[in-house]
Order: sequence, then structure tokens, then C-alpha cells
Amino acid sequence: MGYPHQPHPRETPVLSKYFGDAGAKTYEGWVQRGGYKALEKALSMDRQKIIEEVKESGLRGRGGAGFPAGLKWSFMPKEKARPHYLCCNADESEPGTFKDREIMRWTPHAMIEGCAITAHAIQAEITYIYIRGEFTEPIAIVEQALAEAYDNGVLGANAMGTGNRIDMYIHRGAGAYICGEETALMSSIEGRRGNPRIKPPFPAARGLFGMPTTINNVETLAAVPHIINEGASWYKSFCLSNPKSTGTKLLSVCGQVRKPGNYEVVMGFPLKDLLYDLCGGMREGRTLKACIPGGSSVPILNREESEACLLDYEGCVESGTMLGSGGVIVFDDSADMVYQIMRLAHFYAHESCAQCTQCREGTAWMTRILRRMLAGDGEMKDLDLLLDLSEHMTGRTICPLCDSCAAPVVSGVNKFRDEFEAYIGRSKSAAVMAV
Amino acid sequence: MQQATEYEPVFTGGQREKLDRIIERYPNKQAALLPALWMVQYARGWISQDAMTEVADVLDLTAAYVEGVVTFYTMFHEHPVGRHFVQICTTSPCNVCGAEDVVAAFLKHTGCGELGATSPDGKFTVIETECLGACGFATPVLIDDDFIESVTPEKVAGLLEKYR
Amino acid sequence: MREQELVTLTIEGTSVSVPKGTTILEAAKQAGIVIPHYCYHPSLPVAGVCRMCLVEVEGMPNLQIGCATTVADGQTVRVYSDQALKARESVLEFLLINHPLDCPICDQAGECELQNYVFREGRARTRYTPTYSKRFDPVEDFGPDILYVPNRCILCTRCVRFMEHVADEELINVSERGDRAFIGIHPDRQLDHAWAGNVVDLCPVGSLLSKDFLHKARAWEVDKTASICTGCSQGCNVTVETRSNAVVRLRPRVNLEVNRYFMCDHGRLRYRWLNRGDRIEAPLLRDGQDLTATDWDRALARVAQIISGSGGKAVALVSAGASTEALFLAKEVLSGFDVTGACKVERVEGEQPLPGVEGLALRDERAPNATGARLLGFGEDFDGALAALNEASVVLVLDQALEGPEAENLSSAQNVIYLGTVAGDAVRAADVVLPVANAVEEDGTFVNRDYRVQRYFQAKAAPGMARPAWWVLGECLVELDRGESLTQAADAFALLARDVRAFSDLTYDRLGYGGARVAQQSPAEVSA
Repeated sequence: MGYPHQPHPRETPVLSKYFGDAGAKTYEGWVQRGGYKALEKALSMDRQKIIEEVKESGLRGRGGAGFPAGLKWSFMPKEKARPHYLCCNADESEPGTFKDREIMRWTPHAMIEGCAITAHAIQAEITYIYIRGEFTEPIAIVEQALAEAYDNGVLGANAMGTGNRIDMYIHRGAGAYICGEETALMSSIEGRRGNPRIKPPFPAARGLFGMPTTINNVETLAAVPHIINEGASWYKSFCLSNPKSTGTKLLSVCGQVRKPGNYEVVMGFPLKDLLYDLCGGMREGRTLKACIPGGSSVPILNREESEACLLDYEGCVESGTMLGSGGVIVFDDSADMVYQIMRLAHFYAHESCAQCTQCREGTAWMTRILRRMLAGDGEMKDLDLLLDLSEHMTGRTICPLCDSCAAPVVSGVNKFRDEFEAYIGRSKSAAVMAV
Repeated sequence: MQQATEYEPVFTGGQREKLDRIIERYPNKQAALLPALWMVQYARGWISQDAMTEVADVLDLTAAYVEGVVTFYTMFHEHPVGRHFVQICTTSPCNVCGAEDVVAAFLKHTGCGELGATSPDGKFTVIETECLGACGFATPVLIDDDFIESVTPEKVAGLLEKYR
Repeated sequence: MREQELVTLTIEGTSVSVPKGTTILEAAKQAGIVIPHYCYHPSLPVAGVCRMCLVEVEGMPNLQIGCATTVADGQTVRVYSDQALKARESVLEFLLINHPLDCPICDQAGECELQNYVFREGRARTRYTPTYSKRFDPVEDFGPDILYVPNRCILCTRCVRFMEHVADEELINVSERGDRAFIGIHPDRQLDHAWAGNVVDLCPVGSLLSKDFLHKARAWEVDKTASICTGCSQGCNVTVETRSNAVVRLRPRVNLEVNRYFMCDHGRLRYRWLNRGDRIEAPLLRDGQDLTATDWDRALARVAQIISGSGGKAVALVSAGASTEALFLAKEVLSGFDVTGACKVERVEGEQPLPGVEGLALRDERAPNATGARLLGFGEDFDGALAALNEASVVLVLDQALEGPEAENLSSAQNVIYLGTVAGDAVRAADVVLPVANAVEEDGTFVNRDYRVQRYFQAKAAPGMARPAWWVLGECLVELDRGESLTQAADAFALLARDVRAFSDLTYDRLGYGGARVAQQSPAEVSA
């Protein structure tokens, strides 16, 4: 199935196979579609073996950082001396990304199954599913699915009749982008402001409530049952380019494109084909101007770069950007890049948690500079200032929100400098100089 | 202004039992803060200073601490809002798809006039919000708990009928 | 003590060895380098938010924050590399975009860490365009002695962390997000914790201010003197700040074994008595109904005459706020008598501890030297001592206020020698009145409740002819031919150490600024 469009022959639906299939939402429907077999299998497997299998599969974090999932799990203490926790990161709030939402809406049990397998592997008795507060519909669906899973003995004190306790609760966010950052997410579950924390200590050593914790993205967790069912080598075989990027990836395409939506392709898929083939290309009479392939936090690509970019972790880096969360934002030639970059900077200024100086002050300052430019009061030196501020906002703070603000600004100023200069050229001060 | 009438606690009877069950999910009471605040907001429409004090008492926190948390999360209302709260996504991906026109349509049809203001009939408050996480369905709008995809300016008037 | 594993690293070319687990910021202190910082404070959990203490660590791609990065063996740290300097310069520029440059009217100026570091490492000019408005929020009244000036706040969160982790009462918060954030307080509550005043000290800028000190003096105008708080028997180490011979502020002085970095509001705000203007400024001698001013020679001669002309019983009513030296010498002066001595200690029910610091509280016992008095044999049977007044041939009052009925008891006594700072009711019964210095006008020692002997230093001049009580009593002994003139408090302490076993191994040098505990804690054992 495809959603909201029909599946394209070049897609590889693994996670999205049942998108749009209302029958997959229920426990029964899920079991009919082969659900919970992987969990049953995993519960009888040695924990270490599960972790090894996932390591071997090459599955990497789909939330943005791309950290190998199995490796992350292996950081958890082998001997359980204190409670362990699993957090399922369903805070999906990276602008441009809307894949976890679809997983939860159509296949909530896929996520629950993935969580349960992972919880078993890392010996977590409790899993908190952190869903952003705005996702009212996914919350209701997951709530319903959880109730079914409990009713059918999948979860609870005697999960699948194995005697293992696997509890799972939804923790609803309340409007804070930064809670998608793993340490901020933990702060939020603990009933605090969603402030990211300094690392080390890493969550596997001292995480939620001070206990060993693993945090994984919905898409990452939803891929786990498939790996358990089909094996690491099957998953690894999904690879079109770099062997370090394996599996399928859900790409959320949005913006100025003919057919926006989620597309599941094999790692290494060309961005060009995604846009022109799968998504039906640009809208009538329009041409591609720019594309942000990994959610708003990664550098913007211009048309040439976009058309050369391969969609996997390494391919995006080669193109000077990042795969991030796979939110592909498309701008056609009608887009005002200065205005759009201001909107993005404003987003980060709005979402900054206020802890780190560079982020708290820098994101707001950048937004002001961009607004001023748009209002016709920009100066040429503002462009250098934006670049210099960006430099000081990159790699200097607790979490990468600040870097995320700098990324579109730097790439925007460098790649669409003429648009910025055009605003400055129309500015009053420039006019005065001309006189 | 808010002190005109005696504050009536939220967490009594069934609500209190519900919260107690939520508290059991966590190793400490503080972790139930966000759920407790949601309960207050559903019960009262917003979270007053008195309500913060009540939540603080129930969860063994201080009112100041609760306030710090409430002000962090944009979905919690520290002030009364209209009966229906309309949040329109205006972040870049929706913006390029015309979200600003949708905002204008909502302001016009609700009678709010400006962002953040409540309409004269007290029925609506309209705000711009940052990314609602449904960028492929521009422009998504959240009216109370109803998540509506692919809203265009033309659809706004019809959409609002349900909430009048 | 367990031997700790040491790690050796190089910081700006200086090799230092520090225990494993030490942060770069703390290790740098040992190399003589203070890495600029705002949110870090040794008494608080590390927040790592100001991002000011960025330094270059060889082998690490990004700059690291010194406050949260632990040292590693063989590490090379550069505090003043171009990259680190540029990063900190940028943090300062960010901090200043919303900071009003109102240093001329800011109490913190002169001791402001923002001002200091901007001067040291900041840019000469901001690139923040003047047409952008700065964040503005009105000044808020946080508590009995605390004002919050949000515009100056750099959100280092030291105050919030102090209230959360040290005072254990989260009365303030960080409210809102991004550059709209500020320190908030619930409208129904006040920042009125007994130790709340410490947030003013912790604030690195002029955002949290003491109302008491508001616009009273500039930081560079005050003289600072090490002292001991007289508010209770905890003996918090303090710095007395004086301007034009008046105490303008008390602030905690670091002593990790007594009060760490803190003092309570009671002690902090209770200093006005030290500035009293109605002081006894000259020795007075009784002449019939009148007390007549005289000079020290005549006054001391009269004391000697009284002492040597009397015998039998004597009563000493002493203050638990007098120096250990004076208490000791008072005993010495009365050494030929059968002495009934006592001090009066004010007690207030309910200690007010600072939960985050073990053994630190505003104590019930509201006198700085009650333990010293006890060690020297002055009990607290004050009523008993008052009852003995009738039979006494000599009465010595050492700066102990006597009021109402107590003073009336005294009126029937004979040969009353009164050493005091102010003329209370007791003066009416005195035959000799000797003006003495108060606790900030002399050097001396107090013994705190944990038997720690701590020195305090003279911070301002005593009025008129008033002299330290130890000097006055020493001169009495000279006049009685029982000693030599004491020129400094250390001499008086040396006599005490010689004669009282508890103090036997202590000297002023050994006490230094941090103090030391007495060898033995049983009361009054005079070895001579």
C-alpha cells in the first residue's frame, strides 16, 4: 500500500507496506499480517544474539543522528543491577518529517513490537513512548493498540507467556521541538523542562531517572521486527550505494512538489529520482531550486547538488548535507529563499530551550538580521555577520539545535547569495549609498 | 481577576484516581507532571496559577517549579483561550505551500482579527504554530484535538461550521 | 585518607597533577589559570550552559567546556589559543546583545564577571545593530532582600540550582524558552528562604541584588576584612565590607569546613549594631552621682585600686560575643577572687539548616563565642551569678548588656567595673566604665560550636578612646603588676594558649584565616 499516494514500483515497502490499510491497525489485523511473530521469536532468543543480529544488519538510527542501533544497545550494562529503560522517540518534530506519524497511524503494532523486542534485548521492563503533544490522532491510535496488546498478553507482567515483564506507556509531550533530542526527551519524561543534558554521562550509563536507558526513533524500532524475522543479511541486502547504509528509509517529501508524501526506498536511492520520478516532479511550469534532504536541520542543497545526491548517510555527507531524519523539503523557483531561511531561523529561535548562550541569543539574533534584511534594511556586512555567527553556533553547545539553525543559514547564504544581495540592493541604506 | 471565585481543585474523586494510576507508571511523582498538567488543561481549558499550585501540592513540587515547566511547553495555556483553540502550522514546508493564506482565512472567518487574540464571541483563538509534523499534508491545522490535514483557504469557512 | 590516582596534564604549558575525575576548569586553577566561566560554581551541580569556559583540548575536534570535561593523562589544554579566545569572545558578544550597558548604575560594577571578562576577552564593539531593541522586563521584587533585574540576567541558572540543590526549596525557576527566558517566581510566593541571600552572591552579574546594599557603595570603594559572623554559634566565615568607617555589607568567605560558600540572611543582615553611633568613647569614673570622663591612666589606676583593695568573692558577667582573649583575661584579672562567672546566651527555637551543606545551619545559640566562654569556665547560670552580686566585693561586666531588673540587681553591688561598647542600664551602677571595641573594631578569636577557633580581624576604627577588651584587661594586669603590656591580640592569645590546655597547641599563625579546632573540648582546665 502507499499513502497518501499509490505505491510506486521503485519503492521498497517494508515499513510502509500497510500504510493506508486500515485493517493493519488492530491487533488481530496485525497478527493476520504476520505481526508479533518476530517478538515471539525474539523472546526465545538470547539477548546478546538479538543485539548482534541488529548490529550485523547495519540498522542505523533513523531519528537523525544515524548511530548504529545495535551498537547503541550494546552500551547497556550486560548485568542488570538497576532498572533499565527504553524510550521510544515519537516526538517527530523536525520540520519536513512526518514518517513516524504514519507508522503510528497505520501500523502502531509494528512500533509496539519493535519496542517490545528492543526492551527485551536491553532488559528494560518499562518502555516510555514519547509522542509529541500535537499528534492527537497517533496518540489515540497507539493508546488503543497498547490496550489491545495488553489484552492479548503481548505486554504486561507475563509478556507473550514468557514470564518477562514488558510494560509500555505513552508519555505525551506538550509542544517542544527540542524534546526530540534524546536527553531532552528524558528530562521531559522526568517532569522537567525539556532541557538537553551534557554528555557524558551517556544515557546507557545514566539516563532516564538516572538509570541505564536506550532511546530509539520510531522508524528504527519498527524496522527491528523485520530484521528478527528475515535476518540481518536480508536487511543488509537493501543497499544501493555505501555498505555502511543499509535497509530501507522512509523519506517524507514535502514542500513544492507535485506528490508530497512518504516514500520508502532502499538506502542509496538517488534524490533526483525520488523527486522527479516517484514524486512526479515539480508543479506545472516550475523548476527545482533547492532541497533540504534531511529535515530542516541540515544544509540546503541547490538544484545541481540535489540532482547528484544519493540518499544514504554517506551520500548526503558527500553532497555537503546530511540524511538526518529523511524529511525532504522541496523548494521550486517560486520560493523566496531569504524568507524561507528566516522562517527556519525563527523556528529554531522559538524552540531554543534557553540553556546555551550561543543558541538562546544567536538564533534570535539571526532571525532579527534576516527579518531586517527582508524589511529592506539589510547591509552587505550582514551576510558576513550571519556566516560568522553561524561559525560560533556550530559545535559549541550541549545539543545540536544551535547547529541546526546555522546549517540552513550558512548554506543558504552561500548558495543563494544573489537572493540575499537582491534584498540588500533594494534596501534603503543601499539607496542612500547610491545617491 | 482570576481570584474572583474560590479555586476549585481539579484532582478530586475520579480525576484524582486517574492521576494516581498515572503516577504508578513512573518511579517518582514528579514524572507525572506533564500528564497532570494535561488533565488540568482538559478540565479547565487553561492552567492558572492556582492550578499550578494545586498540581505542585499533589506531586510534592513547588508552584514555581511547575510554572517553569508550564512555560517551557507551548501547548500549555497560561491564560484563558477561546473555546476552540486553532493552531496552524506555518513552518517553512507549509509556508511555501501557502500556510499564510490559511492563517488569514482563519483570522477572517473566526473573527479573531489577530493572532493570539480570542474572537469577540469567545469561541476561537487562532495561533501560528511551529511544525505540526504533517508537512506532506500542507497545511495541517489542529483545532482542539482534531488534526485536520491539507487545509486550504477555501476550506476554512466550511471547517469552522462544526465548531460554531 | 585514601590515596587518589593522579592524572598529569599540561595546561597552557604548565604541567599539573590532579586527582582523576577532576575537571579541566578545576585543574587549571592549580596551574594558576582561571578559565572564564559563568554557570559553573564549585558548590553547585554542573550545568554546562553558559558555554564560556570553552578551551581547546588537543586531539578533540570541538572546543570543550572546562567545567564538565574531566582531565585525561597526558592531555594538552590550551586556554588562550586563538580558537578558544574567539569562541569566548563570541559568547561574550552573545551575552551582551540583550544586556543593558548600565554598569554606571549597577551595583555589581567592579565585581561583575561579565564586565571583567568582556574587558579581558571581549570585543571592543558589538555587531548587534543598535536599531534592534534589547529584551526588556521590569525589575521584580523577589523577596525580603532580593531584587531581580531581568535585563541584566545571563541565565547562568546558578540561583535556580542553588535553590533546587542546596536550599532544597525551588522558589524560583527558569520561565519561557529561547531569548524570552527569564528567572521566574510564583506570584504567591517570595524568595524568603533563610539562606536565599546567597543567590545574590552567586549571581555573576548585577541581576540579583540585595535591597539592603542597593546603591550603597561601589565595589571598588569598599575595604574588605576577614571576619567571623556574630549571628550565631555556627561561626560562618565572612568578609566585612566597610566604607568610610562603616560596615556596609557582610558576605560569606569561603571556608569549606565551616560554611563552604554561604551564610544565612540572619547573619548577613545583622550588622547595623556594629555601626552604632551612641558609643562610649572615653573611660568614665564615678564621682558621687556622676560619671566623669577621664583618661586611660586614671581609669586603669582606679581599676587596680579596686581589685587590689578587695578580696573574697567576685562576680563576672561576660558576653558570649566577647573575644576568647578578653574572656580569658577577664578571668586573669579576677584570679585572686572566688569568682562566680556566667554569660547569657540568647536562644531562638528552631535551627534553620541549609540542607545541601552538612553541618551548616543558623543555630539556636545566637552568640558567636558561647563555646569559648564555656571552655573558659563561664557557665550559663546567669541568674545564679546575679544572685551572687550582693556578696561580691568586685563585679566585672564584660560587654554584657543588663536590662531592667538585672541592672537593678547591679545597683546594690559594689565596685562595679564595666567594659562595654554602649551605655546601657548597667552603666548607672558602674564605678568604672571602660570603652571597648566591638567585633569589627578589634582582632580576636571566637570558638564556634564545633570547637573551631577562628580569628577575626579589625575592619574599622573604634570610636574615640575605645580599645579592644583584651588590651584593656591586659593593661589592668599591668597596672596590677601581673603582666606586661599586650600590643597585639596574638600576644593575648599566646597567654591563653600557655595557660589553658584546650588551646595549648594553637597560635595565631596556625589559625590563619581558616581556624583550627581546640585540642580538647572539656571546659576550663587551667594548667598553670
